[in-house]
Amino acid sequence: MATAAEKEGVVLLDFWVSPFGQRCRIALAEKGVEYEYKEENLSDKSPLLLKMNPIHKKIPVLIHHGKPICESLVIVQYIDEVWSNNPLLPSDPYERAKARFWADFVDKKVYECGTRLWKLKGEAHEEARKDMIEILKLLEGELGDKKYFGGETFGFVDVAVAPFTAWFYTYETCGKFSVDEECPKLAAWAKRCKERESVSKSVHDPHKVYEFVGKLKKKFGLE
Amino acid sequence: MAGDQELKLLGLWGSPFVMRARIALNLKGVGYEFLEEVLGTKSELLLKSNPVYKKIPVLIHNGKPICESMIIVQYIDEVWATAGPSILPSDPYDRAIARFWAVYIDDKLFPSLRKIVLANADDEETAEAADQVIAGLQLLEEAFEKFSKGKDFFGGESVGCIDIALGCYVGWIKAAEKMAGVKLLDKEKLPLLMGWAERFCSADAVKELMPEVDKLVELGKVLRARLNAAATK
Repeated sequence: MATAAEKEGVVLLDFWVSPFGQRCRIALAEKGVEYEYKEENLSDKSPLLLKMNPIHKKIPVLIHHGKPICESLVIVQYIDEVWSNNPLLPSDPYERAKARFWADFVDKKVYECGTRLWKLKGEAHEEARKDMIEILKLLEGELGDKKYFGGETFGFVDVAVAPFTAWFYTYETCGKFSVDEECPKLAAWAKRCKERESVSKSVHDPHKVYEFVGKLKKKFGLE
Repeated sequence: MAGDQELKLLGLWGSPFVMRARIALNLKGVGYEFLEEVLGTKSELLLKSNPVYKKIPVLIHNGKPICESMIIVQYIDEVWATAGPSILPSDPYDRAIARFWAVYIDDKLFPSLRKIVLANADDEETAEAADQVIAGLQLLEEAFEKFSKGKDFFGGESVGCIDIALGCYVGWIKAAEKMAGVKLLDKEKLPLLMGWAERFCSADAVKELMPEVDKLVELGKVLRARLNAAATK
């Protein structure tokens, strides 16, 4: 007898700490979709990953009835379109364009700046720190006084940003600043996200993320 | 139509990203006011409409700004859904594939193309960048074979999302070839893409927007000079 996961035919190739993979996990959980989670060893990528994402060889990859979808925000939009319950993107075209813009902003800015923040030293580190605070403030500006980026309901931009809340502790420690102080509304939003089951089950403890970054630093000879 | 809604596009001649928005508007038969920015300066309207990036294109629809070229294209496709052909496919999986390639084109192809245009003639990086562009185009040649199913465009019978995402670079690819003396669009290696490029450039929605390659080469030289000047400051 087929399991629920097998019936849905959904497989997610992922890596535990990846915020991009977590976006997919959150989206699938919001839609109540059962799926098979496959943890990849990024230093020894599986034949399945190499076959399903031959161009980039990266996670996450969503495999639906044997067909691969790559790029986390493309995957989240696919999930939103195939499973129409609890819509993540708004129905109004202008609001959709805004949501896509801010999700794309997160992709362009957050991870790259975060990496500079923990990797670099001296002047470059100082610049990364300034940039990160500016990025978080811009996000807070978009959030405003809303409960979520999506308004009353948890939406596309919330899914895009939520995994990075686990990285706040790392950014704060590396950058010597406090998200609570610099961006109180964003900090409050992060707490609200953690209370959602889809997020709490998908996103790891911030200290685990910090430990992971610590290991990366050693690997790059930065400690 | 003109009285109904106010549609403005902030852009710059020669920008492939601006071209994407214009092609989409042409496909839908929608009239708009084109507001040309001046290279090297940014208008008040641009700074107000795109405070985050301060970049063109920006589509302003009834006073509300939409930024980022592929987001603008999807917006146009959704607002004028019943006008003209669909730009994005209707099937969710096909849409995901179209979006994947749009991301690939901008993340991988564009930076290498840009390097070739902006690099100085004796730059070693140019050869490496050219190889990357050719490798990318090779992947797109294979993708074209798969998606066109023997029809004229990536989108099938009409210009679609991937056509717009890639097609806007055709002029610049040809300009880069002239500027760096490299062959990027090789008829022998990329026969399908060559045929597609010709059809794309002559498509109704595109032909009046295709810039002359020699003018792009001139613009490329200006951009290169500005970059060098900024680097030496």
